[in-house]
Amino acid sequence: MKPFDYRRASDAAGAAALVAEHPGAAFLGGGTNLVDHMKLGVAAPDMLVDITHLPMDRVEALPEGEGGVSIGANVRNSEAAAHPLVRERYPVLSQALLSGASGQLRNAATTGGNLLQRTRCVYFQDTGTPCNKREPGSGCSALEGYQRYHAVFGASPDCVATHPSDMAVALVALDARVVVTDAAGGERRIPVAELHRLPGEAPEQDTVLSRGDLITAVELPEMPMAARARYRKIRDRASFAFALVSAAVGLELAADGTVADVRIALGGVAHKPWRALLAEEALRGSAATEAGFAAAAEAELSEARPLPGNVFKLELVRAAVTETLGEVAAELRGEGEL
Amino acid sequence: MTATAYGRPGTATGTGPPRSDGPAKAAGTAPYAYEYRVADPAYVAPVQATVARGRVLEVDAAEAEAVEGVIAVLTHAGAPGLDTGAELSGLQRVAELAVLQSGEVSYRGQVVAAVVAETFEAAWHAAALVTVRYEQWPHDAGFSDQRADAVAPEEDHRQGEVESAAPAEVVVEQTYATAMQHNNPMEPHTTVARFEGGELFLYESTQGSYEVRRTVAALLGMEPERVHVVAPYVGGGFGSKGPLHAPTVLAVLAAVALPGRWVKLALTRRQMFALVGYRSPTIQRVRLSAGADGRLSGVDVVATVQSSHVADFVEEAAGPAKSMYAAPNRRMGHRVVRLDAAVPTWMRAPGECPGMFGPEVAMDELAWACGLDPIEVRLRNEPERDPHTGKPFSSRNLAACLREGARRFGWADRAPEPGGRVENGWRVGMGVAASAYPVVPPPGDSWARIRYEGEGVYAVSLAAADIGTGAWTALAQVAADALGVPLERVRVRLGDSSLPEASLAGGSTGLMSWGSTIHAAAEEFRRGHGERPEPGAEATGHLPANPAQDDYAMYAYGAQFAEVRVHAATGEVRVPRLLGVFAAGRIVNARTARSQFTGGMTMGLSMALHEESVVDARFGHVVNGDFAEYHIAANADVEDVQAHWIDEEDPLVNPLGAKGIGEIGIVGTAAAVANAAYHATGVRVRSLPVRLDDFIGA
Ligand SMILES: Cc1cc2nc3c(=O)[nH]c(=O)nc-3n(C[C@H](O)[C@H](O)[C@H](O)COP(=O)(O)OP(=O)(O)OC[C@H]3O[C@@H](n4cnc5c(N)ncnc54)[C@H](O)[C@@H]3O)c2cc1C
Ligand code: SF4
Repeated sequence: MKPFDYRRASDAAGAAALVAEHPGAAFLGGGTNLVDHMKLGVAAPDMLVDITHLPMDRVEALPEGEGGVSIGANVRNSEAAAHPLVRERYPVLSQALLSGASGQLRNAATTGGNLLQRTRCVYFQDTGTPCNKREPGSGCSALEGYQRYHAVFGASPDCVATHPSDMAVALVALDARVVVTDAAGGERRIPVAELHRLPGEAPEQDTVLSRGDLITAVELPEMPMAARARYRKIRDRASFAFALVSAAVGLELAADGTVADVRIALGGVAHKPWRALLAEEALRGSAATEAGFAAAAEAELSEARPLPGNVFKLELVRAAVTETLGEVAAELRGEGEL
Repeated sequence: MTATAYGRPGTATGTGPPRSDGPAKAAGTAPYAYEYRVADPAYVAPVQATVARGRVLEVDAAEAEAVEGVIAVLTHAGAPGLDTGAELSGLQRVAELAVLQSGEVSYRGQVVAAVVAETFEAAWHAAALVTVRYEQWPHDAGFSDQRADAVAPEEDHRQGEVESAAPAEVVVEQTYATAMQHNNPMEPHTTVARFEGGELFLYESTQGSYEVRRTVAALLGMEPERVHVVAPYVGGGFGSKGPLHAPTVLAVLAAVALPGRWVKLALTRRQMFALVGYRSPTIQRVRLSAGADGRLSGVDVVATVQSSHVADFVEEAAGPAKSMYAAPNRRMGHRVVRLDAAVPTWMRAPGECPGMFGPEVAMDELAWACGLDPIEVRLRNEPERDPHTGKPFSSRNLAACLREGARRFGWADRAPEPGGRVENGWRVGMGVAASAYPVVPPPGDSWARIRYEGEGVYAVSLAAADIGTGAWTALAQVAADALGVPLERVRVRLGDSSLPEASLAGGSTGLMSWGSTIHAAAEEFRRGHGERPEPGAEATGHLPANPAQDDYAMYAYGAQFAEVRVHAATGEVRVPRLLGVFAAGRIVNARTARSQFTGGMTMGLSMALHEESVVDARFGHVVNGDFAEYHIAANADVEDVQAHWIDEEDPLVNPLGAKGIGEIGIVGTAAAVANAAYHATGVRVRSLPVRLDDFIGA
């Protein structure tokens, strides 16, 4: 591991400015991703700006009228998952958080760090192999390599990696936004759905953030369907495994039983948490039936471009979308657990 | 004292005292090799090859040497020499141990240089700054059974005419595959070494301190007595700490290069996937011929396995079929594919573990093809004598294990047809497989010393290694019984080459060989000093030869049962229940034995559902080499695992009547899981691991 400078930030704007000024600097959250990468040589910052002492460590209700809840960027994953405001209003977020990593990791991992964790593509983590994301222009080893955890939506010939976060998938389904402080001390809000990019020709850029942009909080708007939304994670191990495919699903039914509104976000399938807009569109206004759910999944899958090593993910998308929609619909109709 | 006095009710043997090292392990005060506090250590960081085959042209260490605290950069040009012509024991591969003795690169990840520095951080940082230029040669790291260059390491074992046997009524002919696996004990391979005044001191994570002593001494051209190896507590090995591997030699080279200085090297998890061996993948072509009644007329098993151009290691996956079932026509053979890859090694039940997968799934297929209960098919093919050697079995209680297991598991309640039971969206099935593990001669010789310390206390010492199995406890029990004293009066000392030599912890022989040796020492002691010895009285015993060894076939057996759930929509696979019944002679400590059985079964479950080292042949190395990507069963995967055993008296195996139990638990588990998955779904998976994509769309 390369020697590095360690600074403890005392305010958000100062931290942002420090990182913006030093091309080799990086924010340090829980360190569960960044420090691993430093040991592996995947990241080699010469300065760590520790932001964990900044007062961004609270989960609180947003002011009256705005509804919703704000989660500070330093709130640990385990804390966010256990917080009453999250469990009552956004249980899907709790479910997603608790399905991720292990208890020990969740105790260390922060909300900001979780959003900005990098892909688990094995070649990205292995400095001995070409990878466009790690070393732009070197090539993509996954294109003809190990693809089990790789993308089926929105990939490019330059990168077929997926974003690994479970939490982010739930946040996309909840229309959440991140609050960002920049180097000049300005603050802006970005929908989580627009935070991460597709790889295109620049897979080295995971997000739309600029150097020095500090995430200070995640805001969850009031959303009627949030209380019944659900997370389903399909993985190779019963716990402590990244998603092969996951789905965060929210549903609102009209009085006549048709779909009034719906949110479907998928994990493990793309370079970003994948909002299944085609599926949502197919469902809005249509009957909330098993056939309707299956048709919605098919609509989304028309856009899928699987790799030879992950064709099976299409079936998992189908299962995750239809089963989870079915469960939520049943609950809304008062049918209880399926 | 006669052998039959062993295990009598009320004595220490056969009960289950808790592990004597348990509190120290839990409190973190039982030190592993890296944790010894040595004065002013230097740290070793390996530099590994980034090509799979070639030659080192240049090692540019200038940047590394400029790092503050760097003491030396070792390369093949300047490293101390080793005697690469040394005669080593059959366990060792001298070519694998010839670290930094030439510039040739034979596999990716091979050690091509190393940095020694004042701090761990400086060593690792500097290692990343060493630039190695290679002449890269084309490499070949693609394992398959379709290669013309596969060689037979020995003549196939043949009886009768397996090819031209009369056409059978039922034939099962299929190809089965098991994945490459890496041992990954919790404690990574570690060496802490100091060379001073012609003596070499080692704290080492090893399954055998004497094997380390002899091997290192031979490589350095030293007297073995001048090499001292201390390893009282070892955090698992699963075979990979039996033979030595390159990192131990590298640390020793660093110690020799820096006389008088302690040097430390512990591998990272990622390095564990490159430098200390692995279980070869296997591809098993199995052909069973049988009558409609399920009686076998032919068993044909040809296993293709991976080896290395560095040195051969043959995973004997076709071995277990030799003695398993009766059939007049038989062939068992191996085909070895030598690759530009590291040398494979022992991993828990080498040969037996992968080698029982193909045949035991094939037996299940035979049962369904004949419309018979899979247990009944096995019972119908029980041999009278060992079909391989023609010798009688010292004891063979497979049938009893199958029957007892069926009763305990509720086998009779299973659905009559595959796919016949669905619960809450999960297809549920049950499967069975047989398990066997031979009583093999111990790898090495053993002596034990008993000394009366006064006040009723006896000290028992031998250099045996407890790699987490419970030997500290079980050997004290054996000694207490042999001496006829309470357990609290026995002090055991293990894991140090200054103690009498003991065989390697391997082949599930530990308790049998060390226990028999202690037994002999106790007899010697009582013969020489009687029941009222003077303080300081001492006697040494030697591992007794077993007169029955050559006249009998000796095996432990087991029956493994699995309940498997496969999600109807997603294919997710879960194993809510595993149950094993074993016949392994006398069980000395019920508590530690149960841990060995259930631990083996859990590892078998992990093999069945998860473990797979993914080699990217373009580069030549394992690309999923960490615990986030290389899955080992997590707690949530392991639900109800039960181990039982039947009372088995076998005075022929050794004076204790005990067979090995360290490995049999992993044998057959994966086949039971795959067979249960078939029963659940009707989908036959013949390649491990069994995963969700095997079922969806099906
Ligand atoms: C073995 C293992 C298994 C795992 N399994 C899962 C899983 O199943 N599901 C899952 O979702 N995750 C999983 N994870 C990933 C885990 O969730 C992330 O490592 C964790 O969330 C990262 O948070 P952190 O605070 O430790 O981030 P850090 O490592 O501190 O930072 C990560 C990145 O974010 C940047 N950063 C941190 N905070 C901010 C901020 N406020 N503003 C701007 N930039 C910031 C850092 O500079 C760095 O680039 C797993 C991790 C491991 C090691
Ligand atoms: S998929 Fe992306 S991250 Fe993986 S090797 Fe290709 S470029 Fe790198």
